[in-house]
Amino acid sequence: MSDALEADQTFYDKFPAESRVVRSSLLGAFLALTLGAIFGIIQTLHRTGIFRGLIASTDYYTLLTAHGVFLALSFTTFFLAGLFTWAVVRSLDRPLVNIKITWTWYALMAGGMTMTGITILAGLVDAVDMSADVLFTFYAPLQAHPLFYTGLAVFIVGTWLAGADWFRTWLAWREENPNERIPLQTFMVLTTMIMWYIASSAVAASVLIFLLPWSLGLIESVNPTLTRTLFWFFGHPVVYFWLMPAYLLWYTVLPSIAGGRLFSDPLARVVFVLFVLLSTPVGIHHQYLDPGIAEGFKFISMTNTMFLLLPSLLTAFTVVASVEYGARQRGGTGVFGWLRSLPWRDPAFTGMMLAGLMFAAGGFSGMVNAGMNVNYMIHNTIWVPGHFHLTVGTAVALTFMAATYWLWPQITNKPIYSSQIGLFQVVLWFIGMALMSNAMHAQGLLGVPRRTAEPEYSGFDYPVAFGGFEELNVQIAIGGTLLFLSTVLFIGNLVLTMGNPRVSGIAETLRPALSGPDDAPEVLDDLRIWSGIAVVLVVLAYALPLAAIINDGGLFGPGVGTYPVWIDAAAGAIADVTVSAAWSLVDALALLGSRLLDAAVAGVIA
Amino acid sequence: MHIHAYEKIWLAFAIVLILLLLGSVTYGAVGPGVAMVADSEGQIDATALDEDERFAEPRVEQVGENHYAAYVVAYQFGFEPDPIVVPANSRVTLHVTSRDVIHGFEVVGTNANTMVVPGEVSEITVEVGEPQEYGLLCNEYCGAGHHAMEGKLHVVPREEFESSDGGESA
Repeated sequence: MSDALEADQTFYDKFPAESRVVRSSLLGAFLALTLGAIFGIIQTLHRTGIFRGLIASTDYYTLLTAHGVFLALSFTTFFLAGLFTWAVVRSLDRPLVNIKITWTWYALMAGGMTMTGITILAGLVDAVDMSADVLFTFYAPLQAHPLFYTGLAVFIVGTWLAGADWFRTWLAWREENPNERIPLQTFMVLTTMIMWYIASSAVAASVLIFLLPWSLGLIESVNPTLTRTLFWFFGHPVVYFWLMPAYLLWYTVLPSIAGGRLFSDPLARVVFVLFVLLSTPVGIHHQYLDPGIAEGFKFISMTNTMFLLLPSLLTAFTVVASVEYGARQRGGTGVFGWLRSLPWRDPAFTGMMLAGLMFAAGGFSGMVNAGMNVNYMIHNTIWVPGHFHLTVGTAVALTFMAATYWLWPQITNKPIYSSQIGLFQVVLWFIGMALMSNAMHAQGLLGVPRRTAEPEYSGFDYPVAFGGFEELNVQIAIGGTLLFLSTVLFIGNLVLTMGNPRVSGIAETLRPALSGPDDAPEVLDDLRIWSGIAVVLVVLAYALPLAAIINDGGLFGPGVGTYPVWIDAAAGAIADVTVSAAWSLVDALALLGSRLLDAAVAGVIA
Repeated sequence: MHIHAYEKIWLAFAIVLILLLLGSVTYGAVGPGVAMVADSEGQIDATALDEDERFAEPRVEQVGENHYAAYVVAYQFGFEPDPIVVPANSRVTLHVTSRDVIHGFEVVGTNANTMVVPGEVSEITVEVGEPQEYGLLCNEYCGAGHHAMEGKLHVVPREEFESSDGGESA
């Protein structure tokens, strides 16, 4: 496609306006990463009892909410926005349709997240009557300040607009290039966004119909099982929303860095189609231990979940095969000897490979989570954060950091300040996470809960296995500290890189797949069919459970109170303003209506 | 579409793995009889537990031969009754509900574990063995005092259970 050109021109040279968008998105992501890492180290040391002098245990949950929202929602989504903008523009080899729309979604995402972030952090300041200590799952009837929900809604609308921007750019490209296959990277972006539209519709409905009106005092109560189920409708596919950008990098960038080519383009498409189909009808597997949901629905959700292993297992094969091909191209031989011929000194390569290795481990602990009867043993224990610090915390986060070492020069023309520091940084992350996550899994098996400021209790001790509770706490604290240092090195290296002068001659080429898109059946590119089937599967998986929940508990709950974690004087004030504003709007409309009627009648008479 | 031979082998392996995992869970359900917390019990008004005959006075009572029912209320930040006292070597059905927000109910070191959602009643049945003191904790964040929410489950010899009036005054 654009390979010849790309060899002497970077993305920055060809698309300076789009480069700015990509850079701004990545910088937004790294700001969130920095904040998340600071809260992370405070939590690690507090929870493990190493150092509790900085915050009170009651404030721990404010930081935990911030850690979750900034890292799981903000860091991941801003990186995705930058990466997808780059991938669409690069693979279609054309600029975005309208850069003003692009900056609009960026502003919405940034504005929404700022609103939510401020609401959370205000919880640390006693003088401000505002907080949102509800963690990133915001389960009702714990209630946050209305601005928390409003910010989230604005942020999600921003992501929807971003998806529309990428779809429009693709449609424009299709006009110019009829009868061509969708380029692989664009295909990955579009399928991921289809999944995102389906998934985020539920959380948007939950926030706009129930949680926001409730926090404003417009409705009295909500049905906690309903809002919880709508959250997990979104909450599982969101992990694929984090993961798909990492897959995009593993499929389309990693093989080229390894000196090879992607093994199979058609199979990559199959994998992304499987994610569109299977990511959403599985959310109930987070609710195996919920009362109020029948066992049969849980079993259906589990079956879908297990089949969702398929695309990830296929990815493991394809990525390893592509990297091996690269190694053999570089002169590697032997059954395992080829491993020596890979570019291990390149932080982008090593970081992504280590991330992939961690993902395999995370996949295995995920299989345990997915089995509904074994789940009794580990549900809501620290095993679960142990698991997702391997997946989102390493497979995704480490891939993003590693890819930045490759991508940043392409979007700025500035070479990385120090590859050595980069290499040290990615290895440090791997070691830190190996320690922390392993100890978290082990503590989970002892029954140590997640999401708590002080996991030690006055009335009992934990059983001892795989090392005692205290010993595992020390491992967690050391691991968490290494992760924090790794983040500091990453950000420091990037800041120093930003001070480098721009140079030329650093353009990198992405080579096409060994087995190209022409080997793939045309139907794979028919996004309408896949969207349609995905919606049908979601309806099949969710229509009955949601109907049962509403039928049993009602839309607004079977009698449940409200438990604001903030002082509700402010809520009353806001509700009053909103209600009176709504009434004045109604009055104004009524007045307008009567005037129009008068005018019409006058016209008839005349 | 061309699929490499190794890729086909891997695909077959992946599908077998998935079927094995599903098979193991199915075996767990029909063999050892691991049942899931489900919607077996109806809804309840969480703001009026005082008027509910099961939860107005949280307690343990005998419901069958060697079968006991425990009615437990979780609240910010504790459990009632505390301790929950049950006789050794018996079958205990736990009915747990919440008076306020979402909680967790976990008997430490065992697989007795469930979410506790206001408006719903969680039902799990467990086999208890020899006399032992178990810790009880809330494993879902429930507010600023979450880390202080704990309790006890005492498995006591049968004679001791009977002399303590069904656990209420234990």
